[in-house]
Amino acid sequence: METPLVSRDYILHRIRTALGRGAGQAVADPPPARIRVPQVSMELRVASMLERVRALAGEAVASSDPCAVVANLIAGKTALASNAPYLAECGICGLPGVRSGITGREELREICATVDIGITSADYALADTGTLVLLSSPREARMISLLPPAHIAVVPRERILTGLDELFALLPNPAEASSSMVLITGPSRTADIEQILVRGVHGPGQLTVIVV
Amino acid sequence: MRTQPIDQVAAGLPAETKTAVYEGSKIGHEKRTKLLFDHYGDPNRLRTLAGEIKQHVVENLDTYLPAVEARLVANGAKVHWAATAEAACEAVYSILKARGAKKLVKAKTMVSEEIELADYLEKRGIEALETDLGEFIVQLDHDHPSHIIKPIIHKNRRQIAELFEKSGLGAYDDEPGMITQRARQFLRHKYLEADAGLTGANFVVAESGRLVIVTNEGNSRFCLAATRCHIALVGIEKILPRDRDLALFLNLLARSGTAQQLTVYNEFILGPRAAGQPDGPDEMHVIFVDNGRTDVLASDCREILRCIRCGACLNTCPVYRKIGGHSFPWVYSGPIGAILTPQFMGVQHEPALPFASSLCGACGEVCPVKIDIPKILLELRSDVKKADAREHKNRLEKLGFRAFAWMMTHPRIFEMAGRIGRSMGWPSGNKGPMGAWLSERDLPPLPAHSFRDLWRRR
Repeated sequence: METPLVSRDYILHRIRTALGRGAGQAVADPPPARIRVPQVSMELRVASMLERVRALAGEAVASSDPCAVVANLIAGKTALASNAPYLAECGICGLPGVRSGITGREELREICATVDIGITSADYALADTGTLVLLSSPREARMISLLPPAHIAVVPRERILTGLDELFALLPNPAEASSSMVLITGPSRTADIEQILVRGVHGPGQLTVIVV
Repeated sequence: MRTQPIDQVAAGLPAETKTAVYEGSKIGHEKRTKLLFDHYGDPNRLRTLAGEIKQHVVENLDTYLPAVEARLVANGAKVHWAATAEAACEAVYSILKARGAKKLVKAKTMVSEEIELADYLEKRGIEALETDLGEFIVQLDHDHPSHIIKPIIHKNRRQIAELFEKSGLGAYDDEPGMITQRARQFLRHKYLEADAGLTGANFVVAESGRLVIVTNEGNSRFCLAATRCHIALVGIEKILPRDRDLALFLNLLARSGTAQQLTVYNEFILGPRAAGQPDGPDEMHVIFVDNGRTDVLASDCREILRCIRCGACLNTCPVYRKIGGHSFPWVYSGPIGAILTPQFMGVQHEPALPFASSLCGACGEVCPVKIDIPKILLELRSDVKKADAREHKNRLEKLGFRAFAWMMTHPRIFEMAGRIGRSMGWPSGNKGPMGAWLSERDLPPLPAHSFRDLWRRR
């Protein structure tokens, strides 16, 4: 079998031959990227965020007391909250039934696989698609928004951007802070079987977004 | 009309498969059209721009590939290269072997279908489990996917429920929600036990080395979050120049493929788990796969390398809707498959495929990167005609036409041939030396008297 380096040079050589070029020839600039960031008031962003999440069969509420909303949703169930400082500030980590402060890999997996609800914050949200943007970090583990059957995200309204274009206008800064960024738009879903929509395939089937 | 090999396969399909494929692809197409035109005044301008950006990448792959490699290495990933399918399988296997890994969970990737990775690994004692619901069902049934993004479009729920019962996943229940729940429970444990996770990548960004992976189910997130080792199989053409290009491409991909504003999960991976992150892989490997792509780059059909595998051309194609993906001989079906397959396998190998199209142009109208699919299909047809095999078959036909031309330019001979024809009878039917030729053509009947006769008798 060829060593990786030989394969590399072989493939690059074939590409240059196909393109009819020598090594190291300068590249022309790509066509300009298309980024459109509209001016949208915060009120309209919040309204659009709520409307889009609901359109995707998620629940969405605007509230100045997120702790009370979460307490209501938990109602006797078990939950794991991420280590996002914002959740602690809101008092969510102190609610009965809510665990928090998990840092070990194995412990995290075990708890995520058994609790009913995962609670996270979000680094950004995108108003025009109802999307949550989460950066993986010691404060925000990937598993919490993935394993439990329900996901609650508590988002301060000032983090709501207009849309994908604005997020990429901010890049590379947000994503460079983490080796993994995920955009979540609605509950996990499939239409593989007869094009019938089913929610909760591998990720959570229930999504609740609380805009503070 | 003459039938093609593809018609014979299609003729053998059960009626319920045909219905499933027809309805499924039609719904996909109608939703896509509505979503694109509702949200954008002129989606064709977006398609043009996306096509130009991808074409630019394809024309400059020799520079973009080393650039993206350098970024990936700087981000902490290991980069491998595979010229052939065999080399790509071997690369995955050696990574797993080095870690002593026995269990692999894999998200959907077309490259892994191309190189038949799961079979390769199973033969070497490694469990390679598909986690995309459709792919999981296909694997369970020892079947093959029949659509780029809807692998089980050819199956109905009754068939799936029977399969689950047979496979010990619970008593017969054909409610799609229940089928999904059962797959969820089964696969959940598999993720947590797996030694490594394999994904493809929808895009790789040159300036950052960012891998973008798109799923609706969340299975690729699981493959990364739960395992210690992430392997990504990436076709060498998957590059975009800048992060900012993703805004356009993620919008187009979701709308064209599944008629969503955005796919549920869009993951952006910049490397293995960073210090302090409680989950995510410790190791990240990216395997760049050629497997025929440089041949395509050298051909007249270079623009096909723009393809982002959305499946819109399958959904809109009247031929695909009628015959389904299994009638096509390789992993890519529909209009894009009719081009990719002969390009990757050689025109002589699949001479019939470019003819499995009505040339109605629908595929070209929906393609999000504006590949002129109908034009390429026509060019491939001409290539087939020129191919040696075909030449040989046509030698007799050519001889016939030469004789005909000679006769037409010699009036006396022509007159004599007319007389012989009238007395002996015009060739017809599909027997005799001209049988094959006449099976598809009818000669006009000979009049009782020739024009020359009538002129002389005037």
